[in-house]
Amino acid sequence: MNLKEGKKKRYFKKILLYLFLILLVAAMVFPLLWMFSAAFKFKSEIFHFPPTLIPKNPTVSNFLSLFERFPFGRNLLNSAFVASSAAALSLFFCSLAAFSFAKYRFSGRDFLFLFLLGTMLIPYHVTLIPLFIFYRRIQWIDKFWGLIFPGMANAFGIFFMRQYMFLIPDELLDSARIDGCSDFRIFLQIILPMCRPALTALGVIFFMASWNNFLWPLIILKSDKMLTAVVAIRRLQSGPLWTPYGLIFAGSVLVVAPLIILFLAVQKEFIAGITSGAIKG
Amino acid sequence: MAKQVQGIEKESPFKRKKRRGNKIPYLFISPFFILFAIFMFYPTLYSFYLSFHEWNGIGPRTYVGLSNYAKLFSGGGLFLKSMTNCTIIFFEYVPIMTLGALILASLLNSRYIRLQGVFRTFIFLPYVTAIIAVTYSFQYLLDTNYGMINLFLSWFGIERIAWLNSPTLARICLSSLITWRWLGYNMVLFLAGLQFIPPELYEAAKIDGATPLQSFFHITIPLVKPIIFFCIFLSTIGTFSLFDEPFILTSIGTSTGGGPVNATLSPILLLYNMGFRYLRFGTASAVAYLLFVVLFLCGLFEIKFLGGKR
Repeated sequence: MNLKEGKKKRYFKKILLYLFLILLVAAMVFPLLWMFSAAFKFKSEIFHFPPTLIPKNPTVSNFLSLFERFPFGRNLLNSAFVASSAAALSLFFCSLAAFSFAKYRFSGRDFLFLFLLGTMLIPYHVTLIPLFIFYRRIQWIDKFWGLIFPGMANAFGIFFMRQYMFLIPDELLDSARIDGCSDFRIFLQIILPMCRPALTALGVIFFMASWNNFLWPLIILKSDKMLTAVVAIRRLQSGPLWTPYGLIFAGSVLVVAPLIILFLAVQKEFIAGITSGAIKG
Repeated sequence: MAKQVQGIEKESPFKRKKRRGNKIPYLFISPFFILFAIFMFYPTLYSFYLSFHEWNGIGPRTYVGLSNYAKLFSGGGLFLKSMTNCTIIFFEYVPIMTLGALILASLLNSRYIRLQGVFRTFIFLPYVTAIIAVTYSFQYLLDTNYGMINLFLSWFGIERIAWLNSPTLARICLSSLITWRWLGYNMVLFLAGLQFIPPELYEAAKIDGATPLQSFFHITIPLVKPIIFFCIFLSTIGTFSLFDEPFILTSIGTSTGGGPVNATLSPILLLYNMGFRYLRFGTASAVAYLLFVVLFLCGLFEIKFLGGKR
């Protein structure tokens, strides 16, 4: 009798726990659903009380006017271009430097690496004003290079790739060298292919960071056609009386969907990537 | 971090041969240092120089000494206001979020719960969304007249609340948005750490009659302490460099957020307004430098703290 009751109690506890987790998941998903549903509403339904989660008259007019009245298609392409070139170039330069730090001996190496780690302590915000002035002088305002270049070689990326490259056995490089491979070819044809999981993780991290970057493009991009998608969403909000939520959320859906798809596709590598810093501390 | 540097690998012919007079390793690391010099080092110095000047970016630059800094610190100075805001926000969400993330991680790490992967994915999901998009979603959810939150409260007979019009409430909304977005991220960091705790430890404790709660306080917390510090460190930097969320959350029309009555003004938002709205580059640089010093001290403190412990 007593045993049965104890079991029942445990069962009850478990159900409560699941209920809590399900509620939490609902809270996590709700703002995204809310955004998704509003993207398909007419203005009259958006500004209506009580609000509805499922649109009464679903419409794609928000999406259509986003592409007809605004250059949002172009903005999405801009984001894709900037984020993929930023990710590709950073991956290349970070792995190259990481290769050098992991597999060579040269004087000053340890000092330079420590210095590199130290640079992570400088917040990039301190560079906003001077870089803006600098860009104005070299006419990089309203140009994508201004977004891509500053983040191209970053300390975190080098640190991350170096950790991974320690796992590659030196013997492999030795035999390649005996076969007459040049250093750069060893890098391209042996190191890079072997670092694939790490490159995937870092690539996605860089891509997302660039895709989401708001402050810097907000400062240096000016013309509507050159904006990245997230800044273009902010630009939609212009009137003082009401916020065009329909357009904003239609744009938001288009901005968020690729991120979620990308995340689900490489979830394992991505999570391994972001946690690597914490474990090694 | 010093540990990694010491972990010197065993000598291989590949390395030995390349020991002296070889330029290739320097060539490979040079892009980082060149880019660092142009896009970080030079601007950092220039910003320091600018912080002692008054300049609108076009006209003459006048040296004003420390007056930019003095202005920021004087009574009613917006910099102090922004730092206070961020400190309040920090205490509003960091303890709850960090503890919550740790509890969730221990729950999802135990074999007690099924579908761990599904729960983890969903709780982590907010982190991979665009901040701008979800901030607008929160703004609309919290809308006084048309928002879902007020509808929800009305079911319990609670009057409509103007969430984003009250300084205290607006800050709480901002804190909830941050918690919502970063809870899963912190949880995943803890999950990674918990993997290194051998399950035998918990089993032994259980045999000795420890309750799950006791195990949590006496095994889990001490062993993940470094990760707790790491999370708090990241949250410190994150809170004091907030921009996107306050910029959007309380904005109406073309105005920048930070309201009501500067209750959600963050240092970076102040920097943005000073520099790019009022074109006071000197003052903006002074804001950047003060923030830099604060964050740098936090960073050093944390590294020493962490480095010493390990």
